[in-house]
Amino acid sequence: MSGEHSSSFDIKGIWMVFWVLFAITAVEFVIALAIPETFMAKPIKNVIYVTLTLLKAFYIVAYFMHLKFERINLIYSILLPTIFVLGVIAALMYESDYWFTLR
Amino acid sequence: MSSHSSSSLPMSGKLWDGGNEPFGASYGKLMMWFFLLSDAFTFSALLLAYAALRFSSLSWPVPDDVFAGVPFLHGHFPLVFVGIMTFILIMSSVTMVLAVEAGHRGARNEVVKWMIWTILGGIAFLSCQAWEWSHLHHDGAWWGSNPFANADGTPGQVNFTNLFFTITGFHGFHVFSGVVINIIVTIMTAVGVFDRRGTYETIEKIGLYWHFVDLVWVFVFTFFYLI
Repeated sequence: MSGEHSSSFDIKGIWMVFWVLFAITAVEFVIALAIPETFMAKPIKNVIYVTLTLLKAFYIVAYFMHLKFERINLIYSILLPTIFVLGVIAALMYESDYWFTLR
Repeated sequence: MSSHSSSSLPMSGKLWDGGNEPFGASYGKLMMWFFLLSDAFTFSALLLAYAALRFSSLSWPVPDDVFAGVPFLHGHFPLVFVGIMTFILIMSSVTMVLAVEAGHRGARNEVVKWMIWTILGGIAFLSCQAWEWSHLHHDGAWWGSNPFANADGTPGQVNFTNLFFTITGFHGFHVFSGVVINIIVTIMTAVGVFDRRGTYETIEKIGLYWHFVDLVWVFVFTFFYLI
């Protein structure tokens, strides 16, 4: 369609992102299966899982969905509303703590 | 400003009423982004409900024990099958980007080739999910029925299976819709609709949807199978 798009992200780049996603997933499997919880406690593992998940999400959205190369107002229109999700997380953490004490 | 408006496109195709592409993206592509944003909120709500119910529970079934089956193999293989499913979905995302890239060059046959691979990936993922569901159903798991004990040995609560089947089912329905739309778009490509239209942007739009499905799976995978 347009030259500016294909020059910003070519076939080599596509496969590079694939290997990044593949490597991150492989690391998750190693942590889940090969590292005993006596060595790395579950809460620490969970923090690593979530961090790696967000990293994968960044690569998918930025490169595969091409958002990184869009105009800045489009980027903000999509990314800023996700702040509402953080609001719900905060509300539900408070709520589930309350449910926990009720049980 | 994009100066690349090809001569085959009528000028009105690039103009919004009264304005000239304020986001540097076509109306259709922008609306796909906004749809995906709203869909992201839906999945966030489902996953957050899962998180809230799980963290307010005293104990919860262990994913490694529940999701340990692999077709044609007997034994305990935690995460192996879901690993295969994750790999299939990432691969189909890659073939989808390659279809979009071929569309930028207007290479019709390449677009058809990569779209067919993407469709096959989607069907393979759905087949895996069908196997996993029937495997779990065979063990007695379904909406309202949970045979898996909690980590502390107490009987598992039905929240676990309800959430699992609802969330993976909703995601699977997205994959299914994506496969159907992919098939339609592939046929449109093959008969030359986008060549006549002068742009392969439809491939980009369905590509955005397909990557979003992959993105959701990344989160479902982490929160259901790893944590």
